[in-house]
Amino acid sequence: MLARLTRNRPGAEAAASRTTGRVARREQWAAYMFISPWILGLILFLIGPVVASIVLSLTNYSIVFPWHWIGAQNYYTMIHDSIFWQSLATTLTFVLYSVPLYLVVGLGLSLLLNMKRRGVNLFRTIIFLPYVISGVAVAILWSSLLNPQFGGVNWLLHHLGIAHPPLWLESPTWAVPSVVLIGLWSVGGGAIIYLAGLQNIPAQLYEAAEVDGARLWQKFRYVTFPMLTPTLLFVLLTGLVSAFQVFDVVYLLGGPMGGTGSALNFYLLNLWTQGFGNGRLGYASGLAWVLVMISSIVILAIFKGASRWVYYEHEGN
Amino acid sequence: MKGTDVEVMERAPEAQPALVIVPPSRAEVLRRRALAAAKEICWYLVVLTVCAFILLPVSWMLTAALKPDLAPIYTVTPQWFPSHAWNWNNFYRAMVYPLFPFLRYMINTLFVVFANILGILISCSLVAYPFARMKFRFREPLFYLLIITMLVPWQSLVVPQFFFFYHLGWYGTYLPLIVPAFGGNAFFIFLIRQYIRSIPKELDEAARVDGLNYFQIYWRIILPLSVPVLTVCAVFTFIWNWNNLLGPLLYLNNNNQFTIAIGLANMFQNSANSKTNLLMAANLLSMIPPAIVFLVIQKRLIGGIATLGLKG
Repeated sequence: MLARLTRNRPGAEAAASRTTGRVARREQWAAYMFISPWILGLILFLIGPVVASIVLSLTNYSIVFPWHWIGAQNYYTMIHDSIFWQSLATTLTFVLYSVPLYLVVGLGLSLLLNMKRRGVNLFRTIIFLPYVISGVAVAILWSSLLNPQFGGVNWLLHHLGIAHPPLWLESPTWAVPSVVLIGLWSVGGGAIIYLAGLQNIPAQLYEAAEVDGARLWQKFRYVTFPMLTPTLLFVLLTGLVSAFQVFDVVYLLGGPMGGTGSALNFYLLNLWTQGFGNGRLGYASGLAWVLVMISSIVILAIFKGASRWVYYEHEGN
Repeated sequence: MKGTDVEVMERAPEAQPALVIVPPSRAEVLRRRALAAAKEICWYLVVLTVCAFILLPVSWMLTAALKPDLAPIYTVTPQWFPSHAWNWNNFYRAMVYPLFPFLRYMINTLFVVFANILGILISCSLVAYPFARMKFRFREPLFYLLIITMLVPWQSLVVPQFFFFYHLGWYGTYLPLIVPAFGGNAFFIFLIRQYIRSIPKELDEAARVDGLNYFQIYWRIILPLSVPVLTVCAVFTFIWNWNNLLGPLLYLNNNNQFTIAIGLANMFQNSANSKTNLLMAANLLSMIPPAIVFLVIQKRLIGGIATLGLKG
């Protein structure tokens, strides 16, 4: 623009491009100054540690003793470690139980809370509230409620006529389902995200469906559900990630050894115990990488499959 | 194509009577009203059951916190309510309990939380501004890199970060819990960048004409207009750090330094030295600040999630 205006004066074009060049360079310089905290943080707290973590997993580093290369020894140890397999199985069982359950319950709750009824705002607040409460507080609360002899849950079950209610956290078979139940208490967090998704569905779609004579179920099946699939995918992925990373609750309920019969020895708890309890930081790095691999494979598989069932409004473009 | 046109033409006269308002019979009106009432009752039943599932545990904890020291929290037929006295004093005692000084934990936690909020607000708004507004080399690749870093799982970072901070001599200090916040957080940078893009560009162009430099535009125009999104970031930072267990567990080693999460965890695991009623009181106290923050900001928080644009 500037160049075109000054075209007929000799030498002006070069001068103009020099000025814009200087302005652009000043803008670049300023921009890099603005983003420098992030660049610095990226190198120090992310890229550096990721590289270091790969290196550490090939050593027997343990803070105290001198360390040296041991190649793939850590990974070899892992394959022959029954605790590793047991913790992996526990975490996978939890993922399998909890992720679909929370997905469906969260969706159901958000559909209920999306209706216009008196007091709905109050109910929303109550249902979302546990989401902001810490894993520590939730674990302390539920360990007292689930106490087999004296807790509130079994008291209620007794009154409902169940003579031999489960021992919950103290029973190896019921320990993981107990953690699933505890997580259900804060399932409202997922419902917030669904609710945001529901409120983004244009009202015209429902009006159009009503004109066509759609009933409640048909409106859900052909309008709500397809429009909500991107949100479902998001909740599924974040739910999976957090299910693989359960730590706070089982650290409190199980202690470092993972409770009765190690039934609560989740993967990250084992990583913590090996690395920071037993001081095997090299081995713990290896454990971390295996978890990263497993969860990435699951997440990638879901992404691959997502194009079949996730509907994007702007797909045509 | 032709066929459907004909069908519409044929159907149109049939649809006509629906537009004429025929008053429904009295029985029909009653039937509809009864159906609507039944639906409403069902809705309230389900929602109230869910609310009971959430609130009963909290009320159980409240009554446990109010019981006198010697009254067993656990009796064979559980006593829901304290039989003798309602010891509200227990909340005060929990705060100053010498072995597990909850008030001290609370002050420590507030310090860590506010340092993190400061770090996040400064760094993330600074970094988001050029991504939203300025032209610079490698802007697109750097932005993709930012998105990718959101996907890096923190487990892969725990051990090497510990290694790094330990060798810096930061073990046993708050620095590992605070300094990373000043390096920004990809999720918040993304959130703020999306928000800044919605601010009319004419505002900063006018400011440029008035001779403001980039930093002045950021400071005087962009920041004041970004208060809503910055509030959402501050609230998330508050809740995450208030509840964070792993960080303090890794880096703090002194009871006087502990935050609430780790203090409560110790109190719980050392049940021989702690009193259950005081533990429950402390636990309840720990829930109050995040709950209040959530209540105050609720609408905006849900809006924040909605504007995050789950579609990408």
